Amino acid sequence: MIENLSKSITKSQIWKSIFRVGIPTDNRKRALAMLGNVVLHLHPIKVKKSGIRMSYTWCMGGTAFFLFLVETITGLLLMFYYRPTVEYAFVDIVDLREAAAFGIMRELHRWGAHAMVIAVWLHMFRVFMTGSYKPPREFNWNVGVILLVLTLLLSFTGYLLPWDQLAIWAITVGSNMARATPLLGNEGPGAAFLKLGGQRLIHAGSDARFALIGGRTIGGATLIRFYVLHCVGIPLVAAFLIAVHFWRVRKDGGISGPM
Amino acid sequence: MDFVKHAINVLAYPYWSFTLVLIAFGFMLWSKGLWSKRGGLILLAAGTLFFLVSLLDPNFYLIVAKADNVPIVMMVFLVGFFVWFAMHKAIENDVRVSRGEPLFEKTEVEDRIFTWPDLVFSEFICMVVLTVVMVVWSIALRAPLEEPANPALAPNPSKAPWYFLGLQEMLVYFDPWLAGVLLPGLIIVGLMAIPYIDTNPKGNGYFSFRERRVEIGLFLFGWLVLWSQMIVIGTFLRGPNWNFFGPYEFWDQNKVEALVNVDLSEYFWIKLLHIGLPGNWFLRELPGILLIAFYFFVLPVLLKRTRWFKKYYDKMGPARYYVGATLFLFMMLLPIKMYCRWLFNLKYFVHVQEYFFNI
Repeated sequence: MIENLSKSITKSQIWKSIFRVGIPTDNRKRALAMLGNVVLHLHPIKVKKSGIRMSYTWCMGGTAFFLFLVETITGLLLMFYYRPTVEYAFVDIVDLREAAAFGIMRELHRWGAHAMVIAVWLHMFRVFMTGSYKPPREFNWNVGVILLVLTLLLSFTGYLLPWDQLAIWAITVGSNMARATPLLGNEGPGAAFLKLGGQRLIHAGSDARFALIGGRTIGGATLIRFYVLHCVGIPLVAAFLIAVHFWRVRKDGGISGPM
Repeated sequence: MDFVKHAINVLAYPYWSFTLVLIAFGFMLWSKGLWSKRGGLILLAAGTLFFLVSLLDPNFYLIVAKADNVPIVMMVFLVGFFVWFAMHKAIENDVRVSRGEPLFEKTEVEDRIFTWPDLVFSEFICMVVLTVVMVVWSIALRAPLEEPANPALAPNPSKAPWYFLGLQEMLVYFDPWLAGVLLPGLIIVGLMAIPYIDTNPKGNGYFSFRERRVEIGLFLFGWLVLWSQMIVIGTFLRGPNWNFFGPYEFWDQNKVEALVNVDLSEYFWIKLLHIGLPGNWFLRELPGILLIAFYFFVLPVLLKRTRWFKKYYDKMGPARYYVGATLFLFMMLLPIKMYCRWLFNLKYFVHVQEYFFNI
């Protein structure tokens, strides 16, 4: 009976309109399955056997990308509950823990973020150890380095959002560095030389740190700034560069392998 | 037991532990046995045993079991495993090459197989396993949440997110403009420059060590010895007032460390020449400025004449050589400053507080 049922489902017009090919049974269908699906289409139809071994790739790039998706989905769910203002941010996080059903979304999001940082490092290490940054893949290595930086920035901007002691003081320590930016920081070397009519151009109300946190201290302006960067700004750039990264993997000859 | 703990506490102090790690790193690059399956198992067993036994110590447990530190413990084991695994594969290939056999990857590279089902399914299994891991982890360990933010009450120690703790640890040795801005920027630039500086055509698309000893050595030095080790120190071994505490040491808020660091200018004008510091800052800091200028501008030229570096200069050409040498010298600035601090209590090479220009 189950067989009949499954047959009538897979033979139905609805099913066939979605899955053109069905479960591939021959090589032609295996190729069509890859071509006809927008997600699978990221991959070529055939791949080097050496290149897809787990012992070669460690599936680390895939892991990093998967965690990026986990972060996107859990982050979206968190946005339903979270309001980025000094009044509400902390209590919303407490609510998430106490009141939200299946309350592990914040856990998934936070641990996923840590895991993603580690996965990106290990992916970079693998690519280095297999010499996969060498020609013709130099540019894609660069895109990867930028994605590593974006991963760290995503994690950094997200660190502030719970608005607890851990959050603001970690961001305080981190953003204090911007004060020392050469030329552009209030306490950076060279900034004292930038003067106009005897007035310093770079001071605590106009330097790199001020631009980063939107004020002289971490406050409501910082929270909204980091929130927007965390939820919209950096993810958009990262998503675009991930697309470039994948596309270049294909264009530079697929997963690397010995010539 | 107390004696062992005390010994480990003492050995954990950066000047000992960094030196020991340097020796271990040299051994790592030289050894073959370490990368065999047996070597790996022994390392894993030793690491796990050390970790588990240490958990019995309340001070060790307190810091390791902090929710946000759990991923770092994981990172240490993962980084350890993958370094071992990559080197294991590399040495395997080296042996194959020396026997005249083809590379492991080479035996399969011509073999093109259909993405469906092989790759698609292994990706699917990875996703399932990762989902399970993430869900179990999230149920088992709650995300940390401390008291509501209070700008008037700074916790001691205040720590940056863990992946930046290597940079925060650098603040011990450098001012923020170097540790927090210039050097991190140069790490990014240096990483991006790798494919353009490294002209070695070998080792492209397969694990190998013998063909790329120097590249791999430099990368691992930066990534393991500097970056990862500094994160571990910054996370686990830095307590109140950013004072150093051994792994089994209680984080005493009142621990006092004498600040006895001395500038290079003081060494030069007072201790060497016995004439006191000149009033003019430029004259005062001239020895340090000359030293730094020598380090960055003259040293690469001198090194070029040594046999070993000349080889690279000829291979890479002037542009690649000078960019590479400058990045290399910037990287080495950290361990050099660390040892100058430990051996001579050196505070700054150049100390122009007037312009926040301190090196």
